[in-house]
Amino acid sequence: MSETKIVDARNTFCPGPLMELITNMKQGKVGDTIELLSTDDGSGADVPEWVAKVGHELVGKERIDGVWHIKVRKSK
Amino acid sequence: MRILIVGGGTGGTIVANNLARRLAGEIRTRKVRLTMLSASDRHMYQPGLLYVAFGQMATDQLYRDQKSLLEPSIDFHVDPVETFQFDSKRVVTKSGKTYDYDTLIIATGSRVFPEEVPGLKEGGEEFYTEAGAVRLHKRLMEFQGGTIAMVVSLPHKCPVAPVEAMFMLHDFFKARGIRDKVKLRYHYPVNKVHATANVAVWAKPEFDKAGIEYETLFNLKEVDPVNKIVYSEEGTECKFDLLIAIPPHRGMETMEQNNLGQGGWIPTDRHKLTMNGQEHVYVIGDATNIPVSKTGSAAHYEAEVVAENISSIIKTGSAVREYDGKVYCFIEGGFDRATYNAFDYVNLPVLKPPSKSIHWFKMAYNQMYWTTVRGLL
Repeated sequence: MSETKIVDARNTFCPGPLMELITNMKQGKVGDTIELLSTDDGSGADVPEWVAKVGHELVGKERIDGVWHIKVRKSK
Repeated sequence: MRILIVGGGTGGTIVANNLARRLAGEIRTRKVRLTMLSASDRHMYQPGLLYVAFGQMATDQLYRDQKSLLEPSIDFHVDPVETFQFDSKRVVTKSGKTYDYDTLIIATGSRVFPEEVPGLKEGGEEFYTEAGAVRLHKRLMEFQGGTIAMVVSLPHKCPVAPVEAMFMLHDFFKARGIRDKVKLRYHYPVNKVHATANVAVWAKPEFDKAGIEYETLFNLKEVDPVNKIVYSEEGTECKFDLLIAIPPHRGMETMEQNNLGQGGWIPTDRHKLTMNGQEHVYVIGDATNIPVSKTGSAAHYEAEVVAENISSIIKTGSAVREYDGKVYCFIEGGFDRATYNAFDYVNLPVLKPPSKSIHWFKMAYNQMYWTTVRGLL
């Protein structure tokens, strides 16, 4: 059964939000969705770029009160 | 009050010694008892492995007898924990003994898990274990020319190690007089040469200057050890003559067997450092799932917070401070210069220009570490 998980990477610089997302995507199952929370300005562009290149699915992206909420579904 | 520390690495040793000093009076009057359970009677200085790979440290310099690092009031046993029984505040060890506690500190660290990547164990070298660092040094000494590829798996400890290794490879082959025969290729998981922006801003032009090629958005998928090709999740590949990998890490096997967290990483409050749902259980160092670097420095600062809080709770009934995400990492820029990265949850890292003095301070710290874990520095 697929799961939805929140990865809270707010206010982290090393290894940082995208590395946390990649780590959690590796640990998940195909069909799982991860919602990444990030205060890194760059996440709005960096995360979709990686998702597109690796072939996962970008489910949603919005910025609320300075926090990126980016949902990614594991496709492979 | 029984305080049980599971794990005798950097975090476990610092927290134990710190508690032993803060609670010396209570230990003397038998109000507090400190016990440490570890898997080994030796303590390894893990950052030394990078220097072993480049022939700059001998393997025996990596170790001290664990008991010699501990305050005499700490009851130390080599008997790793196999089962955690949180409801009854008890652990069961490999030898079958049970230990009851009032407060538990888990500081069991992490382990490399190259088996996660097909072909990696057969086709790649690493410097995260003693055997790996020794073997890599031999391969580097024998290398006569060709392509050396660095690949990085997630998660891994010491996030700056791959950058340091590239600069050290450059200087190593310059010193051997064959740098022109060696192509250095660096591969990294995100779209910069390092996850921390300021490290990437510094390292990229330095890579260019040193002739180090790089490919970003390269997440290690598998290795073909026969044809010497490494493949990425993103669909690219690289042919190599020597592959150096930062292997994927996991929490210790016992954590996975006890279902303490995905990948063996224990869900932990990033400020209080308590295990989620267990207010009398603290987790420090690599064993946590908190989003900070898996480094000895994070374990060190976390250990100080936990020791101060436990001591204060015993003396006054309340904790005094929270972990602020502090991390400090030296970054070697080659064989004769270094910089450092210091940051916390609020303050962005600011990188100083690399210098010889910081490099020599790092060399000195390789020895001073033993005073750090004793709680003297």
